[in-house]
Amino acid sequence: MEKQRYERPMIKKLESNMPNKFGMRTEYRPMTHIDNVAVKDLIDEYGSPLFVISEKTIRNNIRSARKAFETRYPKVQFAWSYKTNYLDAVCRTFHQEGSWAEVVSGFEYDKALHNGVDGSKIIFNGPDKTEEDLNKAIKNNSLIHIDHLDELYAISEIAPGLNKKAQVAIRVNMDTGIYPMWDRFGFNYENGQAWDALNKIMRTDAMELVGLHTHIGTFMLSPNAYAVAAGKLADLAIGIKDKYGHEIKYIDMGGGFASKNKLKGTYLPGTDINPSVNDFAEAITGALINSNFKPDNLPLLILETGRALIDDAANLLGTVISNKRLSDGRRSTILDVGVNILFTSFWYDHKITPAQPFTQYAEDTVLYGPLCMNIDVIRENISLPLLNKGDHVVIQHVGAYNMTQWMQFITLRPRIVMIDPENNVHVIRERETLDRLLEFEKVPDHLKTFDL
Amino acid sequence: MEKPEYTIGVTALNAIDNPGPGIPVIRALREAKSFNVRIIGLSYESLEPGIYMHELVDKTYQIPYPSAGTDLLLERLEYIQDQEKMDVIIPNFDAELFSFIKLQPKLKAMGIHVFLPTPEQFEERLKVNLTEFGEKYDIPVPESEAIFSMDKIADIANDYDWPVLVKGKYYDASVVYNIEQARIAFNKISSKWGLPIIIQKFVHGTEYNITGLGDGKGNTIAAVPMRKQYITDIGKAWGGIAVSDDHLLELTRDFIAKTKWQGGFELELMKNKKGEFILLEINPRIPAWIYLAVGVGQNIPEALVNLALGKRVEPFKKYSVGKMFIRYSWDMMVELSEFEKISTTGEL
Amino acid sequence: MKIKNNIAVSDSGFVFNPATGESFSANPIGMEIMELLKKGTPTQEISNTILEKYETDAPTIDKDLHDFIQILKQYTLIEEHGKA
Repeated sequence: MEKQRYERPMIKKLESNMPNKFGMRTEYRPMTHIDNVAVKDLIDEYGSPLFVISEKTIRNNIRSARKAFETRYPKVQFAWSYKTNYLDAVCRTFHQEGSWAEVVSGFEYDKALHNGVDGSKIIFNGPDKTEEDLNKAIKNNSLIHIDHLDELYAISEIAPGLNKKAQVAIRVNMDTGIYPMWDRFGFNYENGQAWDALNKIMRTDAMELVGLHTHIGTFMLSPNAYAVAAGKLADLAIGIKDKYGHEIKYIDMGGGFASKNKLKGTYLPGTDINPSVNDFAEAITGALINSNFKPDNLPLLILETGRALIDDAANLLGTVISNKRLSDGRRSTILDVGVNILFTSFWYDHKITPAQPFTQYAEDTVLYGPLCMNIDVIRENISLPLLNKGDHVVIQHVGAYNMTQWMQFITLRPRIVMIDPENNVHVIRERETLDRLLEFEKVPDHLKTFDL
Repeated sequence: MEKPEYTIGVTALNAIDNPGPGIPVIRALREAKSFNVRIIGLSYESLEPGIYMHELVDKTYQIPYPSAGTDLLLERLEYIQDQEKMDVIIPNFDAELFSFIKLQPKLKAMGIHVFLPTPEQFEERLKVNLTEFGEKYDIPVPESEAIFSMDKIADIANDYDWPVLVKGKYYDASVVYNIEQARIAFNKISSKWGLPIIIQKFVHGTEYNITGLGDGKGNTIAAVPMRKQYITDIGKAWGGIAVSDDHLLELTRDFIAKTKWQGGFELELMKNKKGEFILLEINPRIPAWIYLAVGVGQNIPEALVNLALGKRVEPFKKYSVGKMFIRYSWDMMVELSEFEKISTTGEL
Repeated sequence: MKIKNNIAVSDSGFVFNPATGESFSANPIGMEIMELLKKGTPTQEISNTILEKYETDAPTIDKDLHDFIQILKQYTLIEEHGKA
């Protein structure tokens, strides 16, 4: 006789406010495949944990985002936000789809060049640009978005020596009615800093003012804030035109669009309430079209959307190490996925779905990672089906920031694979090895040997 | 003429001390003159009394909490629809309205009609937007400010005079009499519902509530004002009386005309010492005391069902004044096997 | 160790303790184990029965069975002084 699938025995007290887990056979469905590739096969072949990126999803996301803006506005350009996910395979997918590069450090700048992006299609943001970085960016005609006056002065000193006009914009921060207001980057609109900086640029030969940039926040849930921001940038651009007869080429609205993840502390899931790219497109393009720009002379609209284009394109596969009972009777499950590779578990309630069939029975569980550190909690409380040791789970919407902010800590970082549109699997980043890590280290001679 | 029979799904079967509107809505539907009904209860928890009130509810199904997302809710409703062929659903909980508004087109494709505010109307009347709402529609609202930081409390409260109301984004409110209490309330409410916190000027006076029904084109189909006679510890009406006040009715018709409100609603108003009505809150759904409106001659749930089904509905012109409602509690006997059934199968 | 006599386990997995008025819900394997415990089956024998019927290994079932019995004790559904 064939043996039945095992599920651990469970009994649960029915409380007066008992939720609907019992008798609700539709509550969960397993996620057995990603882009037609079996989760089990992926783990068997590439190990666990494993990041899995869907090239098809990335391409769909950028195409529909472009469509959302291009159907509403004549000139649109996306620039891939490197810090969100700077794996070469990911960046090149975006570049193939026509996205420029948006970088915030010399390292990212070099990575964009290495990926073959022409210097004039690299947007250089951020407060930390070294003299060397600026040199390179000016020579390559990159778009330098000035963050502070010290940078402005540095450029005016460097550029003449290179016989080049630096192509610059300033980053503008402003009150868009949202909280917190990001005022640490760029020049403030309301107190006149931004206008002042623009005048300084217009009065020097070292720079050409080509654009205006803002980036109003992160995981924004209010499209209207972007409309306010676009309107303020348009006012600055019109002001420059009136005063100097100079027309800027582009308005860069930055990024910050929310993805469909569920922020901790929100009641309804992100897939239901977070605005879509269409909502943001409507707000931004509406504000620009309604501004005082002449209809036949609208500036190029640049978007540095990161999270909303990549988050749902990646899943993190993991495996159950053990089920434990805590002293107070609560159930806990230990996964091989720790917070060191899933940073975003600090602010999202990621959707976590088993990768194999299960029954309708579920239990409230604390989900721990494998690190021998008390902070390694993937979820304080989640209702999960009864998982056995060795079962697999799929943690969803992990594409943004995890593969850049992750750190090597206690364990080695796992492989990353990408599934191409024909459902072939490619390793795009190898797993770390001890040898690789030791290459960075040097031991002084007197510490080389010891007796125990 | 033979009356049609409709199958109607109703939520909020929690006829407890802080009652949901489900049971009074069902009573109203059972007394409808224009149709007969089969009632499908939609419950979240297995002890909602309505599940066991078989003379009112023909069959109950558990549905997933709104926090589980609209995909799961839709899946469950598809299953229920296969068995029951519902014509209309009347959702009665604040927390679930967003989901039903969002699902409206999909429900329609399944043959289920709802009659709910538009997403814009739903958004506009949120507590955090009350000030803008008042300005936009020229309706007096109490002064209030949404704040993100505790430092702001003192400035605002000193402007308003003590006491002030400290309110959460969606739920929760407390009246505070000094800065210390305000800080405690700020922390307590923000830890539960997040920021911003709304600091609202306290309006002294007498509270009036109005329930009504707008047809979505600006016409008032029904409107019945009520003054709470007796209030429970948690601020719920235990008794209330229908009142006749032209000013209140005028204000309600004005509200409906300006917003083109679609669906049932309740306005919470305060009449201050000068005799002006200040709008405190707009609940975008039928209130738990709806049976009073039925009792005085305006069967709002019946009219709502007819509007949902696209029928022409004549506005109610009058209601009888001088009737009151008094709530009472009732201990029902329930077989354990029924509790077992709803708990284990999600149906009863 | 034995499930208390007056505890009713229905086919739906609904468990009712008339002494305390508490009700519980168990999954099918949980029900199966409770039935065996009710008959006074020793735990070793229960392990073997489950092992024969389901796709699992001895350490897993031993650990899960132990945990399940602890929970039954916590819910006071088991008579501590009954025979093993």
